[in-house]
This record gives sequence, structure tokens and C-alpha cells, in this order.
Amino acid sequence: MTGTALWVAVVAGSVGCYLLKLAGLSVPAAWVEQPWVARVVDFVPAALLAALVAVQAATTDGAIVVDGRLAGLAVAAVALALRAPFIVVLVLAGAAGALVHVLAG
Amino acid sequence: MSAERSATLRDAVGLGLAVGLYGVAFGAAADAAGLDLWQAVTMSLLMFTGASQFALVGVLGAGGSALAAVGSALLLGSRNTVYGVRLVPLLRLRGVVPRLGTAHWIIDETTALAIAAPDRKLARLAFLAGGATIFVVWNLTTVVGSLGAAALSGAALAALDAVVPAAFLALLWPRLRRSYPEAAVQRRVAVGGAVVALALTPFVPVGVQVIAAVVAVALAGRPRRTAAAEGAA
Repeated sequence: MTGTALWVAVVAGSVGCYLLKLAGLSVPAAWVEQPWVARVVDFVPAALLAALVAVQAATTDGAIVVDGRLAGLAVAAVALALRAPFIVVLVLAGAAGALVHVLAG
Repeated sequence: MSAERSATLRDAVGLGLAVGLYGVAFGAAADAAGLDLWQAVTMSLLMFTGASQFALVGVLGAGGSALAAVGSALLLGSRNTVYGVRLVPLLRLRGVVPRLGTAHWIIDETTALAIAAPDRKLARLAFLAGGATIFVVWNLTTVVGSLGAAALSGAALAALDAVVPAAFLALLWPRLRRSYPEAAVQRRVAVGGAVVALALTPFVPVGVQVIAAVVAVALAGRPRRTAAAEGAA
């Protein structure tokens, strides 16, 4: 992607996210406090973040690819289950990814 | 300074420092996705809402279009609209300028700090102190992460590739814990999102599968919602 297209994404995303914040302070509360809005806000993050985890860990350029990232993800899941701090989770995941990279040559 | 005031400030600053670690991860993820330092910092300055920033660079990093990337960021950013509605009675903003300024700092952490504060005055203090600390730390650590990741090569680059999905998993994890409201549904939604995204990956443009996963999961949840709404009516 060109630098210009990246800038368009960065600026458009930033302006859009700011307007979403401003809308909460500006629109009548009744517009936002509806059951379906609450459901969407409660559950969209889980679906979106999980989809991003899967895409980041197991795909490259539109194809399923299995490599050290999955090993890193597995290690991260174990560390999170053991309530390791964020930085420890990242270091362990990175170490696992690097190890697989070195072993696989 | 009262004990409550100093406790509020301590919580705000402590949270700001903890959030800083995520800033390093964001800077690194932005670099891995092909954004330069200025683009990463512009996002931390202007977008300033972590999950949306991660989503935007995540989709771009996977090779997705600008449209899919912005769409993902906005889907996650819709949380902040609801936070704003909750904050209006707490912060009691007068005039256009305070409202425009306050809006920028409405994120997960500042909302949690304001709602947890014992009264309105402290809610305001918690929001402002938390917002200021997180804003400064988040932007500084974005620079550190972006420059640090740009200096990597070889096995260290493979490590960074593994760190990015792990950072997303860490963002998701609190929602999957048993103590989270409706954790069982959150887990089903998360598994559904991941499965749909992977299943669509070979067939749709990169990035579209992420948004399609959200739409699919939302549609799958609709009949139950409708039944609940009818029950309520």
C-alpha cells in the first residue's frame, strides 16, 4: 500500500473515532441507550479481536499459513491463563516465535 | 490534599503507566504493518483509542484495504459513544470547547476511572488526570515501540511477528475470563469470530473477513435478541 493510502486510513480512522466519541457527549442519551446498541457494544469487541487474533496469527496475504506465530500465540494463551503480566506475555510469545524461526531455518 | 483525592490521582497515574506498555506494543505493531513513525504517532495523538488503533494496523498488516482497516477501527470505536453518554452526567460539561476537548479522552480507562470515583468532583479529577497521564505515556511509548521495531531484523523480526497476535490475544483475554459479564457468550462470540474469519480468508479480500466475521456473529445472535425484546415488551 502506498504512503498516501496509509495516511488516508490513518486520518480517516482518527477523525471517525473522534466523531464517535463526540457523538456520545452530543446526541440524546435515549438514542444510544437501546438494548440492541448495548448488545453490539458488549459483543463486537470479542468477535472483532478474536477475528484479528486468528488473521494475525495464521494468515499471510489471504492464505492460511502455519509458522512460529501460532507457537507464540499458544505460549501467550498459557501465560495469560496463568495471569502473567502483559510484558511477560509478549516476551514469551516473541521468544517462541523466534525459536521456531531459528529451528525451521 | 484529601486521602480520596490522592488515591484518585494514584490510580490515574498507575493506570497511565501500565497502559504505556501497550503503547510499546502498538508502536511495534504499527511498524510491522508498514506504518512509519509519523503515521504511528499521528494515530496515538489523534485516534487515541487503543483497540481501534490495534485493529487498524492489524488489518493493514495482514494486507487489508484502507477501507476494511478504517471499518474495523470504527466498529471498535463505537464503544466510546456509549461511554460518552455515561460520562455526560458525571462530568457536566458546559460549552462547546470543553465538550470538544473532553471527547478526545473518552476511552475504556478514563471511563472506568470516572465511574469508579466516589463523587462527581473526583470523577472529573480522575477523568482528567487519567486522560492526561495515559495520553502522554501512550504517545511516548508509541515512539519507543515504533523506533524499536524498525531496528529489528532476522529472528528478532520473527519474534515481533509472534508478539503482534499475542498482543491482540491479551486485549481479548479479559473478556473471556469467568468473572466478565456473560463470559460464556463472550467466548462463543470470540470463537465464532475467529472461525468465520479463518474460513473466509481464502475467498474474500484481506481485511474483509474480519468485518464479515463481526457481521456474521451479530446476525447469529439476532434471533435471541429479538425474543428477549419481545419478552420485555
